[in-house]
Amino acid sequence: MPLDTTPRIADPDALFALLVEAHAGLDEAASRRLDARLVLLLMNHIGDEAVLREAIRLARETGDSPPASPAPAAVPQA
Amino acid sequence: MPTTYTNPRYSAVVPPAVRSGEVERQRVVVAGAGLVGLTLALDLAYHGIPSVVLDEDDTVSFGSRAICFAKRTLEIYGRLGLGQRMLAKGITWKTGRVFHGNTEAYAFDLLPEEGHEYPAFINLQQYYAEEWLVEACAATGLVEIRWKNRITAVENRPDAVHLWVETPEGDYTLHAEWLLACDGARSFIREALGLPFEGKVFRDRFLIADVLIDKDVDFPTERWFWFDPPFHPGQSVLLHKQPDGVWRIDFQLGWDADPEEEKRPEKVIPRVAAMLGPDVPFALEWVSVYTFRCRRLARFTHGRIIFAGDSAHQVSPFGARGGNGGVQDADNLAWKLAAVLKGEAPAALLDSYDAERIPATDENILHSTRATDFITPKTPAARAYRDAVLDLARRFPFARPWVNSGRLSRPAVLADSPLNTPDDFPGGAVPGTPAPDAPVLRAGQPDWLLRHLGGRSFTLLVFGPPRPIALPVGVVALFVTDTDTPGALWDHAGLARRRFGVPAGAAVLLRPDQHVAARFATPDPEAIGAAHARALGRAAPVLQRAA
Repeated sequence: MPLDTTPRIADPDALFALLVEAHAGLDEAASRRLDARLVLLLMNHIGDEAVLREAIRLARETGDSPPASPAPAAVPQA
Repeated sequence: MPTTYTNPRYSAVVPPAVRSGEVERQRVVVAGAGLVGLTLALDLAYHGIPSVVLDEDDTVSFGSRAICFAKRTLEIYGRLGLGQRMLAKGITWKTGRVFHGNTEAYAFDLLPEEGHEYPAFINLQQYYAEEWLVEACAATGLVEIRWKNRITAVENRPDAVHLWVETPEGDYTLHAEWLLACDGARSFIREALGLPFEGKVFRDRFLIADVLIDKDVDFPTERWFWFDPPFHPGQSVLLHKQPDGVWRIDFQLGWDADPEEEKRPEKVIPRVAAMLGPDVPFALEWVSVYTFRCRRLARFTHGRIIFAGDSAHQVSPFGARGGNGGVQDADNLAWKLAAVLKGEAPAALLDSYDAERIPATDENILHSTRATDFITPKTPAARAYRDAVLDLARRFPFARPWVNSGRLSRPAVLADSPLNTPDDFPGGAVPGTPAPDAPVLRAGQPDWLLRHLGGRSFTLLVFGPPRPIALPVGVVALFVTDTDTPGALWDHAGLARRRFGVPAGAAVLLRPDQHVAARFATPDPEAIGAAHARALGRAAPVLQRAA
């Protein structure tokens, strides 16, 4: 089964708020650990290695992350 | 400092060539009388091949060093006659506990499967193993260990390796048909040949302290690993029990630690005291500081020089893959070199040492690297995930497999070896696997299957009643049956055949190092002959065309 990227959440606003509220009162480091625990719980629930690899790849290449395997640096123009 | 062990001092050996000035010639010279060099010399002797072992020192290992002897290593020493002695002296353990901060994250059991002669692990100081290997080598009458013989120069020539050797009474020149370089992580031979030793250095240091604890203090025989314990905040600590009431404690120190400073008892004693608590009297036996490294030679075989053990590869210690990997190198190399020297196999068989042991080394390096990255996270993200795993592990079994305090050494499966003959049996001991052990009865007496496999020759293990089978020279048949049958081992528990994964009537060809070379539905002499030739590195037999 490939990674499903169609909208699947019935009440997106409520779940987004729930996610943000979960971090309430946490400092940067604690917040990061919470996200890490959440990722691990969900990874285990999904369980499918191909789906997880695809999710990691898409997360990495979307937004502001540089590519995972940097392309060779452009040859400087003389 | 050690009080529980006194290193034996062996006499320096001055060979006649020192006085005569003549060039001495030997077939096999082993550089380094350490764990791997001695194992190799002993194994060669079991195959009837004499060797000369050169060592610049006059004693066995200083300090306990490689303490975890894995099951496969014990089986190899079982084959060489030392397994039971190691088992009797060693500490057998099977439970590990992982702590995070103040609390236990979880405990694991190595869940040893019943029906094997040797346990998953024992802990034994390296000096005991080496001392017994020295005795065993001497008993063969085929191994000459020359203590206080230091190699000062080496030339790798097409016809022989030329060595210049220094003794307390002068120098001599030694020409060796084969040189087995077992001279350790700082190998002189590797450096003299200018061979790059490439890989990764981890920016971390660890302190090893061997501590003698008062006999009245009773700690359980378990492996304890702490992440970020209160007595050593921000770092990790490992505790292992050894024989003689000695405990091995590894303290992670971080990269900025000064190795010389950290070895001073004034620094070590407070660290140990903080861990053991105020009421536990102890004495320091041995202290060392090391840096994790994972690196290897690009190839282990260089003409007539073959590298084995730490001279060929180095791994970080969590997982017990250094000493155990080196003993498997020796196990792999000895029978092949013996077969070449006896003219039973072409020199090309030695190429399979690289083909088999390099993937095995890379597997060890991969596991060691991952464990080290878990123990010493390199980025804030890695640390967050590491800590998240440990937090979750306390409550949820799903997170426990992620906890990596060292993946303990497992024997290499030489799955892609050119010596294997592929087969269609589903699962079981696929070609390349070290033979699984199983309890058997021999003439009504309890015995172990592995004691009857490999060694000086190949074994054709036949799951059926004894009968004549035409076998190539160098292959000995062993019959294992489901019922009590004269002349056969009785697989009374049914484990032997199940573990090999073959039906009744099938046969398995095992190499002298007990690795599976081929499996056959029936012992067909032609197929056995072809698989045997292949396992000896001979060119595939030319099939005669039908006229």
